[in-house]
Order: sequence, then C-alpha cells, then structure tokens
Amino acid sequence: MEPLGFLEIIGRVLYQFTSVWLALIILFASSIAYKRKLGLYGKLFDSPIGMVGFGLVMFWVFTGIFSQFDLIVTHDSLSQVSGMKNKIPGTPLRGAEDGDYGWYLLGGDNLARDIFSRMVDGSWVVVQIAPLATLFAFMVGITLGLPAGYFGGKLDTIISFMANLILAFPVILLFYLLVTPEIVATGVPNFMATVLFIFPIIFAGVLINSRYHTQPAFRTPLMIGVLGVMLWIYLSLISTNGFLVENKDYSIPALPEILDLFDVSGGILVVFVSVVFVNSPTVFRIVRGLAMDIKTRDYVAAAQTRGEGSWYIMLWEILPNARGPLIVDFCLRIGYTTILLGTLGFFGLGLPPESPDWGSTINDGRKLLSIYPHPALPPALALLSLVLGLNLLADGLREESLKD
Amino acid sequence: MGLFILRRSGVMIITAICLTFIVFFLTNLYPNLEKLAKTQGNFRMSDEAVTSWLDSRGYTQPIFVKYGQWLGVVPGWQFENDKGEITGRCFKGKKTPEEAAAEAGLCGIIQGHWGQSTVFKNEVGTIVGARLSRTGALMFWVLILMIPSALIVGVLAGMREGSKTDRTLSTFSILTTATPEYVSGVILITVFASSAVGLKWFKGTATAAAKNMPDGYGWAFMPDWMVGFWYRVAEAPTFENFFLPVLTISMFGMGYIARMTRASMAEVMTAQYIRTARLKGVKFKDIVMKHALRNALIAPFTVIMLQIPWLLNGVVIVETLFNFKGFGWALVQAAGNNDIELLLGISVVSVVVVLITQLISDIGYVYLNPRIRIS
Repeated sequence: MEPLGFLEIIGRVLYQFTSVWLALIILFASSIAYKRKLGLYGKLFDSPIGMVGFGLVMFWVFTGIFSQFDLIVTHDSLSQVSGMKNKIPGTPLRGAEDGDYGWYLLGGDNLARDIFSRMVDGSWVVVQIAPLATLFAFMVGITLGLPAGYFGGKLDTIISFMANLILAFPVILLFYLLVTPEIVATGVPNFMATVLFIFPIIFAGVLINSRYHTQPAFRTPLMIGVLGVMLWIYLSLISTNGFLVENKDYSIPALPEILDLFDVSGGILVVFVSVVFVNSPTVFRIVRGLAMDIKTRDYVAAAQTRGEGSWYIMLWEILPNARGPLIVDFCLRIGYTTILLGTLGFFGLGLPPESPDWGSTINDGRKLLSIYPHPALPPALALLSLVLGLNLLADGLREESLKD
Repeated sequence: MGLFILRRSGVMIITAICLTFIVFFLTNLYPNLEKLAKTQGNFRMSDEAVTSWLDSRGYTQPIFVKYGQWLGVVPGWQFENDKGEITGRCFKGKKTPEEAAAEAGLCGIIQGHWGQSTVFKNEVGTIVGARLSRTGALMFWVLILMIPSALIVGVLAGMREGSKTDRTLSTFSILTTATPEYVSGVILITVFASSAVGLKWFKGTATAAAKNMPDGYGWAFMPDWMVGFWYRVAEAPTFENFFLPVLTISMFGMGYIARMTRASMAEVMTAQYIRTARLKGVKFKDIVMKHALRNALIAPFTVIMLQIPWLLNGVVIVETLFNFKGFGWALVQAAGNNDIELLLGISVVSVVVVLITQLISDIGYVYLNPRIRIS
C-alpha cells in the first residue's frame, strides 16, 4: 500500500470521527431548537464564543466516551507493531492482515504504537478524571468556604491559614512528594482520600437537614436513603481488596470485598486525590469571598430575622446567589485540572508509563522532539484545544450570565 | 503600617515552619528513607543493612528531634561506630571522640548550615545559590518580555471595549492562558528548532545558556557578584539558545495579566472623569496616556506580583523540557532521588519567594490605591 498524502490523512482522520460529528450535530440542533426553554444553558447558544467553546469541549467528551466503544480508534493503543517505530504520519502498516486498519494515520511513536489511537484513548482519561476531581474540589471548597466566610472569626483564620499553606507550595514539589510509589506504599494518599471524599457526604447531609429539619417524617427517610447510598459509594471508593491501606507493616480493614462496588486502580486514585487537594484551597478562597460579600445583602438579613438557621442561610440563600461566578469558575477549573493532569503525566508521576493520557504521551515524545516531532504534537494540540474550549465556554457563560 | 508588616512577617515565619515540617515529614517516611539508603548504598542491601546505614546517619531518630536539628535548635547528632570513630551532622568525615566533642553543638539553617545534598555530593547552600543565579537570569528575561507585552496587549484591548482589536487580542490572551508550558514548548520547538520540519531558527535546548563563568572573566571596576550576574544574564545566554525557553514561560503568564489589565482598563474608560475629558475635547491618545493608564495599572500590579510564584512552576517544566540546569531542574532531581536536605532548601527558597511577593503585592496595593488604608 502507498503512504498517504497530507489531504488524505486529514480526510481519513475526519472520517474516523464520524460518530462524534453525528453526536455533535444532534446535540447542537436540538439545543438550538429548544434554546429558549433551557435557561442559562440555552442562552449559551446566543454567544458565538460560547458555542465554539462548548463545541470543542463536547467534541472531546464524545471522543472520550465513544473511544470506549471502539468507534474511533484504528489500532489498539498499547500494542506495538514491529517496523513502525517513529514512522511519519500516513505510513502503511507493515504486515497488515485482513481486518487491520491499513495505515498509522498520525504515525508511530518511539515504541511503535499508533499515535492517533493513543491520542483518542487519552481523551478518556481526562474526561473521566477532570470533571469529577473538580466537582470534589468544589464540594470541599464550598463546605469549608461558606462557614469561613459567613461566621468569620477564629474559624476563618484557621481554615484560611491552612488554605494559604497549601497554596504556598509549588505545585510540582507537592506532586513529587505525594505521587511517588514510596509514598503510595505508606498509605498517605489513602488517608487523604478518606478525609477529602467525606466532604460531599457532609455537604449532602447538611443540605438536606437544613432544608427539611422541620418535617422529620420526610427528612429522616430521605437522609437515610441519600446518605446510605453515598456512604456505600464512599466506602467502595476508598477500599481496595477489603482494606483501606495494606502494606507489609500494617493494614487497616475497610469494606469487605463482597460489598465493594468497584475498585479504583491505585494510580488513578492517587492522581485524583492530589488534583483535588491542589484545587480545593483556591475554590475555598473564591467561595469564602463570595460568602463574605453576599452575607451583607438584605435577603440574608431577612432570613436571619425570620429565624432561619445559619446552615439554611448559607446553603439555601447564599449559595444559590453565588452560582453565576461558581459555574464560570467550574469551567475554568476543569481546564486547569486538565493542565495539572498533563503536568503529572509530563513528569511521569502517578499513572502507569504506558498509559495513553496526553501528558505521558508528550513526555514520551519530548525526548526525540527535534528529530521526530510528530509523536508529541497530536496530544499537545488535543490538550490545547480542550483547555481552550473550556476557557471559551467559561467566557461565553460569563458574558451571558452578566446580561440579566 | 509597621505593625502590619510585623504581623505579616510573623505569619510568614509560621507558614515557612509548617511547610518545611510537612516536606520533612513526607521525605522522612520509612519507605522514602529505605529508597534513599538503597540508592546511596547499594540496591541489594538487606533490611538490617538498611537500618544500620540509616542509624549511622542519624535518620532513625524521632522526627521532631531531626527537624529540630535541621532547624538548629537541637544539638546535631553524633554516632559512634564499633571502632570508636565518630560521625556527626556538624562535621564531615570521621573524628576521634575528643575532636567530636569540640565540634558538638547546634548546626541548622539558623546557624547557616543547610546540610549536604546526597545527589550532587555538595553543600546545599552552594547548590541552591548557583542554581538560583541561573534561574534568576531566566526569570529576568521572562519578566522583561512578559510584563510590557502583557500590559500593551491589555491596554490596547481595554481602551476600546468591544472593538475588533479588543476581540482579536482577547482571543489571543485566552489562547495563551489555555496553553500550558509543556504544550507551547513542544509546539515552539517543533516550529522553530526541529531539524526535521522546523525553521531551525533557534536551538531546542538551553544547556549552553547555563554554562559556568570561565576563569579570569570580569572587570576590575565591578564587584564579583555583579560580574557573575552580568555573565548569567547577558553573556552565557544567546538569542539562539535562550529565546524559546523565555518565550515559553512568558506566554502562559502573559494571557492572564493581559486579561486583568484589559478588565481594569475597560472599567477605568467608563469612569466619569474620562467622559468629562472626552467631552472637553481632549485627544483620545492623551486620555489614554495621561488619564486612564495610571489608574488602570493598579490592579495588574497585584496580579503580576502574585504571578511570580506561578512562574516557578513554569520554570520547572521549561528547565526540564529545555534541559537548562537551574533551580527547577534541581528540584526535579532532588525530588526524584529523595534528596531530603536539598528538597528542604528548595522549599525554603520557594516558600520565601511566594510569601515575599504576597507581602509586596499587599503593600504596593495600599500605596498605589489611595482608597485603601491600613489603620
């Protein structure tokens, strides 16, 4: 078979993404048709910048999801094909059999793996971790930031001091200290996970209780239901093979294996924890600032006069009114989390070295960058476009939410 | 004001102590010490050999005692082996009991003793100093490139909000904030330095820019440290080997400062006194230069100062990518090899940089903005 020309490569790459294009068209057509009924999300489609950003983000979200169903990739992202080492884009596959895709569309990397498939599979790592980690960071930041801003005083001083302490660390030093195999063996990340992941449960519990504590007949079953499910997920999340921490010196038992819903592999859990840990203090500072600003408003004074509890005021009066800036920051922060994940991969921390995530792929490719630039470029551009999309989306949302 | 600075300095010292203790704690966890022993000794050491190796170097003492020794508030450890020779924290090599007794005492960072680096086999103070001067030169050029271009982009975009210039420049600044250093570095190297497809204008490594000052370099009329700084900033780096790393770091920070400048400029341009000036018929150029600019630059000042610690991150990535053997490169080496005392030295320096820039930004903000006074 002949090597592919430049236009042929582009054509074939675009064709591989057919399922993503279809999904994007359906999503955009239905959203634009009903945009007046969809609130802030609908208004996004009035701003061209917001639409471009949303399109870019959804492109990678769909790519990540569909890559799990093998709709896009041309080869297995981990298998090596002899003779394809560092081959340039469009090289025909050596020794292709029936049913194999005939070319390496974006070339082969240093270990003779298909770059295109690795880039596509790498999007799943980001789509899986970044939004969820950001959500957890928001839970921690909100649960600590609201009382700090609302009550002020000693509580505020102590929590703020701790937040500033984490912020004064150079992020990379922190990653190197937390995400090494030796530290993982001591179980420090597992303890941090145990502490950090409990915040969503506290948040949900306080949220429900502050709203329905006057109707115990309704509240108690609801609380038991919601908290029970969350607690189960929490215990499944932090325990692996029936243990919280298991190494040669000591082990702490947790949920028995029969009840364990799912196992998160060690590498991903550590990466997840460290990203949440780095993001939470900034969210805390934003929420604290917003709470300090909003607590002087009249509707808060009205609620205080009505005799509402402090937690009710924080969660049902202040928080909904802070949603604008928080949603915008949420988008920006997913982008920042993506950058952090890339940084971890770039230094070869956390995820296994053969993992197709973009940071690790850039790290593999950079060593031969001046001779073979093609392995490092696709993941770099992919990461750039996703973060750019999130930034544009945040900009569009900010513009639209300022209008009313 | 004096009280404010005093209180902030107090908080600074407490923060630095807490932070270094966290670093100390994490690096002194047993698996880390075991790894250190095996990389320094040999990889096939038995568990007993590891323990005795750690014992003879004072690593198995309680953590607070070790931390106190590092800080210089607890006398340094001494260890006597079976031959009666004594090794200790405060001196190099082996000594007899009488000599060792004379050397006993406090030796920590308070006394100016930063300890030994296990990776580079040298004094931590020397290493950090040498590395800092290289990275200082890098930062110098980054600030020279980044601040003026960010301010110009921001002012041009913000002076006519919503215009075509504004749209273009704002998109450009969003693009740069979305490009982390390891992405822009890869793209820039491919375009400008790669031997396969690139323009070959610049070099893809900055190793040459970090070379040491040759002997006999200098002038009689300048003190040594000035000559050293001049050499690092102007002589060793050339446009060819230094422009790409400088550009890579500057780009990521630039977009953020430009956006802040744009927002503050746009806000100033809607103020009453600008409208009055326009109605009086003052030329647009004069309004921007004489009336708006000064007030619009207050907010970016804070942002620039707070951006400096963030540059430190960029420095680590760029120094790794371009193989420039500076402070960030030393951090990666120290962290990768669990070089405890070097890591602590590096954390102290970076924490001090972070806290001092915060302090300067607070004080500067008060001076620049007459509406805020600290009572």
